[in-house]
Amino acid sequence: MAKLLEVSNLKTQFFTQDGIVHAVNGISYQVDQGETLAIVGESGSGKSVGVMSLIRLIPEPPGKIVDGQVMFDGQDLLKLSENELRSVRGNRIAMIFQDPMTSLNPVLTIGRQITEALELHLNMGREESRKRAIELLELVGIPGAASRLDDYPHQFSGGMRQRVMIAMGLSCDPQLLIADEPTTALDVTIQAQIVDLVERLKKELGMAIIWITHDLGVVAGMADRVIVMYSGFVVEEAAVDELYAQPRHPYTLGLLRSIPRLDLGRQKRLIPIDGLPPDLLDPPSHCPFAPRCVFNIEKCWQENPTLVTVGTDHKSACWVDISNVEIYDPSADQQNVEAL
Amino acid sequence: MSETTMSQTTQAGGTGAPESILSVRNLKMHFPITKGVIIQRQVGSIKAVDGLNFDLLRGETLGLVGESGCGKSTTGRAILQLYKPTDGSVLFEGKELTEIGSNDLRRMRRRMQMIFQDPYASLNPRMTVGSIVGEPLEVHNIGAGRKERQERVQELLKIVGLNPYFINRYPHEFSGGQRQRIGVARALAVNPSFIVCDEPISALDVSIQAQVINLLEDLQQELGLTYLFIAHDLSVVRHISDRIAVMYLGKIVELADRDELYANPQHPYTQALLSAVPIPDPEIEKKRQRIILEGDVPSPANPPKGCNFNTRCPRVMDICRQSDPEFKDDGNGHHVACFLYE
Repeated sequence: MAKLLEVSNLKTQFFTQDGIVHAVNGISYQVDQGETLAIVGESGSGKSVGVMSLIRLIPEPPGKIVDGQVMFDGQDLLKLSENELRSVRGNRIAMIFQDPMTSLNPVLTIGRQITEALELHLNMGREESRKRAIELLELVGIPGAASRLDDYPHQFSGGMRQRVMIAMGLSCDPQLLIADEPTTALDVTIQAQIVDLVERLKKELGMAIIWITHDLGVVAGMADRVIVMYSGFVVEEAAVDELYAQPRHPYTLGLLRSIPRLDLGRQKRLIPIDGLPPDLLDPPSHCPFAPRCVFNIEKCWQENPTLVTVGTDHKSACWVDISNVEIYDPSADQQNVEAL
Repeated sequence: MSETTMSQTTQAGGTGAPESILSVRNLKMHFPITKGVIIQRQVGSIKAVDGLNFDLLRGETLGLVGESGCGKSTTGRAILQLYKPTDGSVLFEGKELTEIGSNDLRRMRRRMQMIFQDPYASLNPRMTVGSIVGEPLEVHNIGAGRKERQERVQELLKIVGLNPYFINRYPHEFSGGQRQRIGVARALAVNPSFIVCDEPISALDVSIQAQVINLLEDLQQELGLTYLFIAHDLSVVRHISDRIAVMYLGKIVELADRDELYANPQHPYTQALLSAVPIPDPEIEKKRQRIILEGDVPSPANPPKGCNFNTRCPRVMDICRQSDPEFKDDGNGHHVACFLYE
């Protein structure tokens, strides 16, 4: 499939009073047209800063994109002027945020917030944009769309607000939708609704999606490819089936082992990842995961491994080959998944 | 804990029969909605918790799951008398908590404690770890003098896996997981037998969650604690609980032994909830059929007539809109409130 976005060696840092925060340390990846790429990582792993940098939503100062290239449809987004970038942002690349409670303007009606982008980017008139806004709300499954256009955000529930956010994101038919933890603040049954909605929209509209999350469960159901980030580095990248069947980075393995699974019987004990994530103010020159890694060898403390190909469509940044390690305790009894 | 039946205390004195530590009957917690500035009059009430019945056996973990706003945290707080329940009875270790005076209640707090959800908000930023964990000792007059209390605090820090030398540090010097350990140490300080864990891990990162879950499990083993574990994450609840109660809009709709609940969910809400939980395995996810519930949870200020779930239930019948199903035992300790099984 055709390449839509290619990020190479992206580096973002924050210059603070305490020193330089190395948030993103040279990451490279690409997104094909119509593909869903999931970026997985914990808080502070640089997953959000990494994608915010793509459309330069990093507050400058203190933040700064110090290096890298973001090719989108033949243009380097990092070299565009503020005006040129504005025609891309919210138009061809749209973003939806984690917290639907705070990312909508409480003093503007839902209708106004959707039509704003339409009038700005697509030069629509009042009538036309209103009509389109109703269509969009219907598309994301808001009942009685026409009558809800003049309601304010507080009159909507959390799930409905996230639908409104998605409608706003879709308003200009973007080629790429960036979703930053869009379901984290929602309940599971509402999360299922939203995931279902995004998958349906993706099929109908054929856009590519970057889905940022810390939840490996959601990723399994909807992503085509997965990137795992740790401490500002991409530590593993693989097709979704491959990643879950045979994780090649100890951090990915650790994440899979540390979450209880609904379909497995009671494991004797969860295997946590000991220790804490590294301090981004003072990143180590060795592998950042080495202090928490159960497989670490001497080399891990001398040199930070780079991302290398370890299989078909599978890259990992690790000195140790863990391909023979069992992910789950084989003694845990398998449960009949039909019941779930 | 493999004991699954809800045997009542009628067999008290019998060897090995699990003793009920907490009995909740018809617990209701309604918050008034008032109107008017000078003369306030009540115009309605939020029925956060609306008639709960369950028992907790000594040494077990009862998981309480449900979506936000279903009343699970309110339940925990009403049991501990942090709210004054509107109605019902809470019998804890033989004492009726809703009726005893404030001095007696304070004495009872040595037996029951709480671990809070947000480790950032539940620790006073101006107090050192030593005084946070030591405060309950002071309040309850445990230990003679500062020195003995300090030793006890250090011991507690060691128990929860923190360095005892951290005693003079402030909360901001710790990570989320470590803070939650401080919260656990504070709850353990007075040697309680029962702890309400109110979403103790949902504010933590995935790799840290397992550390805290393991700690809670170890402590339960060593100290024989009883937990009421409140959470919205069904995978975690499944891992840690012996029995699980599912709440919806102020009511328990289903309560069963853990394996029974997951293998054989009866209530349509439980079924939908389980099917909505993602499983970290693409192979399984591809094959799964989700039950997607329509709409949102109704407001607890204005619950629907009949069964609370009837507005979203995929298997709703006429009777569900007329009357409220009874919470019944199927004979094996599997309780469900649904007309499909009447």
